[in-house]
Amino acid sequence: MKKFIWVAIVLSGILLIAQQPDMVGRIDKGRGTVPVIAIPNLRGSGDAQGLMTVFNQTLWDDVNSSGVVKMAPKTSYPLTVPQQPTDFTAPAPPSDNSRGKKGEMTTIPSGGGRWLSDWSNPPVNANYLATGYTAVQNGVLVLYGWMFDLSRATAADAQVIGKRYLGGVDEAGARKVAHEFAADIVATFGGQSMFGTHIYFVSNRSGRSEIWGMDPDGKNQKQITHFNSISIEPAVSADGTKIAFTSYYHLTPDIFVFSVEPSRDLRFYNQSASVNSSPSFSPDGKKIIYSSSAPGSRCCRIFTSNLDGTGFKPITSLAAIDTEPKINPKTGNDVVFTSGRSGPQQIYKMSMEGTDVERLSDGSGEAGNPSWNPDGQHIAFAWTRGFAAGAWNIFVMDVATKQYQQLTHGQGKNEQPSWAPDGVHIVFSSTRNGKYQIYTMLADGTHVEQLTTQGTNDRPVWGK
Amino acid sequence: MSMFNKRKITVVSIALVLAMFAAGCKKKAPPPPPPPPPAPVNNTTRPTGPTSPAPVVAAFTAEPTTIQRGQSSTLRWEVSGDVTSVTIDQTIGAVQNTGNRRVFPSESTTYTLTATGPGGSTVSSAVVSVTAPTPPPPPPTGDRGGGSFGTQVESSVHDIYFDYDKYDVSGEGQNTVQQDAAALKSIFAQFPNTSIIVEGHCDERGSAQYNLGLGDKRASAVKDFLVQLGIPGDRLKTISYGKERPQCTDSNESCWQKNRRVHFSPGQ
Repeated sequence: MKKFIWVAIVLSGILLIAQQPDMVGRIDKGRGTVPVIAIPNLRGSGDAQGLMTVFNQTLWDDVNSSGVVKMAPKTSYPLTVPQQPTDFTAPAPPSDNSRGKKGEMTTIPSGGGRWLSDWSNPPVNANYLATGYTAVQNGVLVLYGWMFDLSRATAADAQVIGKRYLGGVDEAGARKVAHEFAADIVATFGGQSMFGTHIYFVSNRSGRSEIWGMDPDGKNQKQITHFNSISIEPAVSADGTKIAFTSYYHLTPDIFVFSVEPSRDLRFYNQSASVNSSPSFSPDGKKIIYSSSAPGSRCCRIFTSNLDGTGFKPITSLAAIDTEPKINPKTGNDVVFTSGRSGPQQIYKMSMEGTDVERLSDGSGEAGNPSWNPDGQHIAFAWTRGFAAGAWNIFVMDVATKQYQQLTHGQGKNEQPSWAPDGVHIVFSSTRNGKYQIYTMLADGTHVEQLTTQGTNDRPVWGK
Repeated sequence: MSMFNKRKITVVSIALVLAMFAAGCKKKAPPPPPPPPPAPVNNTTRPTGPTSPAPVVAAFTAEPTTIQRGQSSTLRWEVSGDVTSVTIDQTIGAVQNTGNRRVFPSESTTYTLTATGPGGSTVSSAVVSVTAPTPPPPPPTGDRGGGSFGTQVESSVHDIYFDYDKYDVSGEGQNTVQQDAAALKSIFAQFPNTSIIVEGHCDERGSAQYNLGLGDKRASAVKDFLVQLGIPGDRLKTISYGKERPQCTDSNESCWQKNRRVHFSPGQ
């Protein structure tokens, strides 16, 4: 009998020691299945420490704007931040105090930040923790980055990412390693980092409208054309190697096709016409589709041609202003475009031969600026529906059902949307803060970020 | 025997309880420790020798040093010594140790080159001054009584205005075209071998791309009308500026009406 009692006591002791504290609020916070990640400020050894402000801001912004995770606010984090897997400790057995006097559970046991549960429990309530540290080694900035799944029992089981990233010992290097770490984090949740993609746009900050390029976070804004004329309407090929645009460099609007790297005029043959404009690429990059008043000044039909402008062929008839043709990136076969054929400008769809023409917008207000989502099923566009002429907002439409969703609601004029290669972000121009500037947002209209401030900037396109 | 075991067990369990109590107590969080030094990496480490001197910028020049706005200058540089990186500011970025780059500054700019190596950094600058282009000399005044070609075009060939999203010349516009036809006949008679540019414009409200087309249709409609009235078509060149060159920028009907127009300007 005594033996039995002691065994029972020992067994219950073992159970108490082995028991994990409660994992409160781990999965569903009422936001569906969007996981929550905690990313504390990382620290750097020696010379690396001076770069950590830039590093931490870049890492946070990239993950925060990805749309695939929710960030746990830094103000909720414990005091101690584990910087590598061996910094974690296992929780000690719960004490009599915390197990409650007379059944009250007053405090959750805490390791001050050294336990996995310190990050998954309130107030942090995260599902994942990303951490690490940087140092300078042999003149190279090294980031050691880890991500832990906080639902696991031990740090060893919890590791999802454990990687080394290298960069130069300067701000650009700090941004690079932060972008790469964020890309790995975002990819774990099925997202796609936009680091390495580019946005092309029109800016007049040099005194004339020219074509410019920049990174998707607004950094590295660079002037591409120096035509000292009016250069507008940039488009980018699917593989990111070429851009096309319209310019008055030859006196009347004509189409130009440039390679991106190096920046070189690939010489597009323009028909003899008062206006050749609104070029865009076929998904394989081998054809251009555009709007022209050829022959002469009969404005305006949609033409397709080879990349160099030869082999041109009209696919709409001489009825009205047809412009902004965009080929479906998935099928390469259907085209959305803007037309005034029924009165005010509206959005239409047709085949690459110009058959099966169908109006997509419902005829109210004015619609324009269609842009295909990489999924080939949705378009973003600008519409004045519900507002006066010229008061544009951005909409997204399912082309098959024509069901649409309004993303902006009258904060200035919001136009010229273009989807990012991830099909989740949209870049657009807006007058919400005064002059036209370029902004990005998520496909549900949230997370609006301003990218430009100098001069007037608009007509952005987002490519690889 | 059992009494001794009991005591041992009691001592152990008290010790256990005390241990659990101690572990469960909340201590004040200590300040975070500095990050640990990184684990050694399996690369070949560079041999430690005497530290090398900072890199030498043998040359960093801009040629020419003064340009007119719109022109370019060429930066040339040559860096020698123990160099790991060379960068130039003003968005140029990382460059090779020796090279050149054409730049198109729109205002006077100082370019700063930074060469970094294990021995330190060296900085050098080159300045490009930018002046506004000299205005072209005024055209010779003709000895014709009516004034120069350009002056007559600006003053006697009047703008034609349009309704929103429309390109047909109607009502008041038709009268204006007829007056313009008469003025053009006189101007062309005085100045043979000249041509006139017929510009189509739009107000700010439609999409920019659509307005490029609408401006073109307006210019064509006016040209077609003038040709019907006997003006030679080969002396009229149409161009659409869409909403790219507005006359005014207020968001009201008074300004919008001014922009929905065809305007005439002297050609070559």
